[in-house]
Amino acid sequence: MDPRAQTDPREDIDRRPHLKICVLVKEVPDAAVEKRIDPSTGRMDRSGEKNLNPYDTHAIEAAMQIREGGAAEVDEIVAVTMGPASATRALQKAVSLGADRSVHLSDDALAGSDVAATGYALSKALEKESPDLVLLGQQSDDGECYTIGAVVADHLQMPSLTQVIKMDIAAGSLTCERQAEYGYDTVEISLPAVISVGDAINEPRYPSLKAIMGAKKKPLETVAAGDVGIDTSLVGADGSRVQCGDFHDPPAKAAGQIIEDEDTDETVAKIVAWLDERKLI
Amino acid sequence: MSSNGRHHAPSEYPPPVDSVKEFVKHGLDDEDERIDVGVAIVGGGTAGLSCANRLLQLLGDDPELLESLGEVPVAVIEKAKTCGGHNLSGAVMRPGPLQELFPDVSREDWRKERFAFGEVTRESIYMLPNGRTKISVPTFAVPNFKNHGNEVVSVSALARFQQARAEEAGAYILTETAASQLIVDRGRVVGVRSGDKGRGKEGEELSNFEPGTDIGAKVTVLAEGCWGHLTGAAIKQFDLGASREPQVWELGVKELWKVPKPLDRVIHTLGPWPLKVPAKYGHVGGSWLYPMKDEKTGDDLVSIGFVVDLDYADATTSVHDLLQQFKLHPLVKGILDGGERVGWGAKALPGGGYWSMPKLSMPGALLVGDAGGMVDAAALKGVHHCIKSGILAGDAIYDSLKRGTPLESYEQAIEDSSVGQELYQVRNTRQPLQKGFLKGSPLSGASIMSKGRIPRGRLPWHKGDQVPQFVGDTKDGYPKPDGKYTFDKLSSVYISGNATRDDAPNHIRLRRSVPREVAESWVWMCPAGVYEIPDDAPEQGNVDVTVNYTNCVQCGAITARGGRLTVPEGGDGPLYQLT
Amino acid sequence: MADVLTYVLHNEGAFNKNSLGAVSEGAAQAQSIGGECHAVVVGGDDLTDELCATLGGYGANKVFRAKGPEGLAQPVIDVMAKVIDDHGHGYALFGGGLLGFEIGAGLAARKQAGVTMEVISIKADGGKLVAERPILQDSKISDSHYQGELGIIIGRINAFEVKEGGSQAAEVVDVDVTYSPWNERAKMLTRGEQRGADVDIEGADILVAGGRGLGKAEGFELAESLAKAFGGNSAVAATRAVVDAGWYPYAAQIGQTGKTVSPKLYFAAGISGAIQHKVGMQSSENIVAVNKDANAPIFEFSDLGIVGDLNKVLPKLTEAIKAKKGS
Repeated sequence: MDPRAQTDPREDIDRRPHLKICVLVKEVPDAAVEKRIDPSTGRMDRSGEKNLNPYDTHAIEAAMQIREGGAAEVDEIVAVTMGPASATRALQKAVSLGADRSVHLSDDALAGSDVAATGYALSKALEKESPDLVLLGQQSDDGECYTIGAVVADHLQMPSLTQVIKMDIAAGSLTCERQAEYGYDTVEISLPAVISVGDAINEPRYPSLKAIMGAKKKPLETVAAGDVGIDTSLVGADGSRVQCGDFHDPPAKAAGQIIEDEDTDETVAKIVAWLDERKLI
Repeated sequence: MSSNGRHHAPSEYPPPVDSVKEFVKHGLDDEDERIDVGVAIVGGGTAGLSCANRLLQLLGDDPELLESLGEVPVAVIEKAKTCGGHNLSGAVMRPGPLQELFPDVSREDWRKERFAFGEVTRESIYMLPNGRTKISVPTFAVPNFKNHGNEVVSVSALARFQQARAEEAGAYILTETAASQLIVDRGRVVGVRSGDKGRGKEGEELSNFEPGTDIGAKVTVLAEGCWGHLTGAAIKQFDLGASREPQVWELGVKELWKVPKPLDRVIHTLGPWPLKVPAKYGHVGGSWLYPMKDEKTGDDLVSIGFVVDLDYADATTSVHDLLQQFKLHPLVKGILDGGERVGWGAKALPGGGYWSMPKLSMPGALLVGDAGGMVDAAALKGVHHCIKSGILAGDAIYDSLKRGTPLESYEQAIEDSSVGQELYQVRNTRQPLQKGFLKGSPLSGASIMSKGRIPRGRLPWHKGDQVPQFVGDTKDGYPKPDGKYTFDKLSSVYISGNATRDDAPNHIRLRRSVPREVAESWVWMCPAGVYEIPDDAPEQGNVDVTVNYTNCVQCGAITARGGRLTVPEGGDGPLYQLT
Repeated sequence: MADVLTYVLHNEGAFNKNSLGAVSEGAAQAQSIGGECHAVVVGGDDLTDELCATLGGYGANKVFRAKGPEGLAQPVIDVMAKVIDDHGHGYALFGGGLLGFEIGAGLAARKQAGVTMEVISIKADGGKLVAERPILQDSKISDSHYQGELGIIIGRINAFEVKEGGSQAAEVVDVDVTYSPWNERAKMLTRGEQRGADVDIEGADILVAGGRGLGKAEGFELAESLAKAFGGNSAVAATRAVVDAGWYPYAAQIGQTGKTVSPKLYFAAGISGAIQHKVGMQSSENIVAVNKDANAPIFEFSDLGIVGDLNKVLPKLTEAIKAKKGS
């Protein structure tokens, strides 16, 4: 039943909080694409199929569930991404899943940004949008970014949690559950906030064909670094404070030992000795 | 052998499926429930995309007609994550049709776009009497394998290129979308229904269940490839197979290798090794080795594949394992040794040729490419026919929309074109081989040499799944996979990029309780290891087959051998890159 | 500068194992570049002088202690930023675990510093620390070189070994921090709630994993008994094949479509080691496999392989371990 039906019809003010939600999304290489290092550049070969980061679909779904849940009035859900021209596909997927419009932060100056630079750039784009809630996936499927939400939150000066697997919203605050080192934590966070969701939080919906085809018509705004006040000395390969490269092979693993079990008591004794040697028991 | 002493054929245990009842929907949903497009093309492979490319070229010059088709003039419905994700072929392609489709794109451009890998300048054909020696066969004796001037291509990469061109020209490419039903209204195809998403293992609706949508279209093109899901239903619904030979199928398993020294020629082998010669095995097949120069990475690659007709009698025939065995021949070792396997895949293809082609049009719809059986299995050529048929279909649809020309005119256009002419010439070439490699080769060879003048008339095919199976000893030759040069099925499935939802429903229809030899034939046949006989199954009597459908790479072979591959959830299956 | 600052998480008066590993690693690395290792702890009254001083035994010279909420990352960012500003540490180091990621990432933002995540080892190069992290499904290692005044290193879970060395007590220094205003907008209501049935496969030290070779669903009883014998932080895991067959729940699935783990010990019973499974557990520290098929691929990457009948080996091994542990 629609909770809104319970509102007194004589009241002309909707007392529920109004929310603007921004969802940060990222395009990542499809998990099935064989990843390799491009021998000519010594860098990761980024060609091949790209998809919307699967973790981000959970973030969009979380936004949709807030909208459909009725506890808050969601004014709009905006998908935001930073990436090259191809990143618009991720935005279209986000829109087909329910976002109302999207923002594409794209600028040559941003190429080669590390985690800190990327988080900073995204935070400037978000600042312009002035959201009440920023949602994003816990990590990106390409293993490039974990917890970029924490970076964004520090710049936006908002409270933040990651790995959130349950989120309830009521009157301007969120009650979040997340699984941390010692078990489940329940934390109350007041908006505006940045929440990174884990994949256990929900089961993302499939877009209907109508939604997929309608996605192209939803507004897509392309913004450059200058449009959102990014200090370019802090981004890009030059603005990044960590350089990754020098790919090399991991140390060769010593060949394993094989025991053919004939006398099981003897075999077991050998196993126990082996485990003991390594302080595993 | 089963307890009554008889050997059984897979066709005696038809799968529990009624394709007309299940896969043909009568009437479209209401306007606000459905989507309407101008032309719906089911299948984003080379044939379907060629049709889209051609049609949009024509519509590009005809803004009035384009507009009349509405917001979505052309929609391509593709079940893989991207066009090309489920496409696999050898392939050495005759260049004409692709040049005709894109006259502004040169062969150098093809290679820059990374779907073409070099012109053929040398070729060799061998017969392998055993695992150690080879006999060179002059090309004049096997002219169907003459390939000078042709181009080594990857259909998977080609489809991606064509997809980009189609999108630029205004097509809506709906990837990760299966077409589960053909929609018919008063005897006419009026569209297709997309597949449901979010069903569980037992077909139940999960929390994120999303039903499919009806897609209404003025014209529908079935470009699903080898015995496509809707194509099978359409053929039955409209009796498109009437007065034609039954279709027969072949299975090809392919690997891509990065090699230390480039292969300098295209190689075909005619068998028999490692296939068995005695007629009782029913083995017919051969192999290919094609060089590929990857201009982008500078890598030297080799495409290697083994193809076997799917009407064999020895249940232990496994094309994947035959390929592994084949690699042990010095001819192949000399090429692949020191290299690294970088790809694997499998796909069935229609081998019946001219007499087995179904009627290619029905009210409101056309068949293109492999779905229409347009493969020259003698020369292992079908890609250029896919493209040509796509072009002709595009032309026919345009004419029909513009001038009201009946869609059926497409059939004559095919007949008169290179597709019809080339397929006609080899129309009786492969049927003799159904009697056995030794028995059939003379007549088969004569047919090629005489350019189809003999044998005269129409040679029949008998259906492949009607062959009684026995558990033989073909399997004794398969090497134990060493994980470096020879590989097991599971790790091969892994590198195909196969990704299937853990709780996806089973898309394979199969009779579970069958005689052992039938069950064994499925176990060995499947290149992905989908079928298994449990360890505790009885030695005598029927056994229950376990179906690990999440391994399925959707090659389609099971449909030719007593089961039915129905369309899985969109987005599942392999993600071929350069096959 | 050559000093390393680590963060040490605690709960109910005990320090987190991964944090202690970070201190041990931090001490070793700091020494190699001529610096010291210090630790930061944030919490309440249970952070007594005695407790904090024990971090000296793992290699920390100083412990900076701040009063603040436990289990939340953002207050720690404030504390570490202040300590680094006041003392000029060149590296911030975190052991594996959720909070390390959150604090490290936030600190990267605060200090405009480079950060590397999922680090498995650290090396010294020309007086600077270089972090190594695996890429491409653990098939290659990528080196991270830092620029600027601070480099942030966040370890992969279980990557840094805990080394107890001296009995030297660390100096405990209290830090006065004004927390950023947004910290007031986060409040811990319940911390560390155990939820009984939920088994954390990813956090387990020892995993006993079962595959098809167990023969039937009941075969998992062998795996469960063995895991119980190992005791401590042990759990039972399963391959996709047996989860599909309904022998064990999906939450325990390891592999391409299940969880990825790197426990101290991965005991594979009746598992062939096909690549779909291998990718989920290949970075386990120690891999022991029991399989009756001598050609099973798992023997190619196991540290100890037993070719034999698991129905014979597992029960006897369970008893032997129980005996060894004296239970």
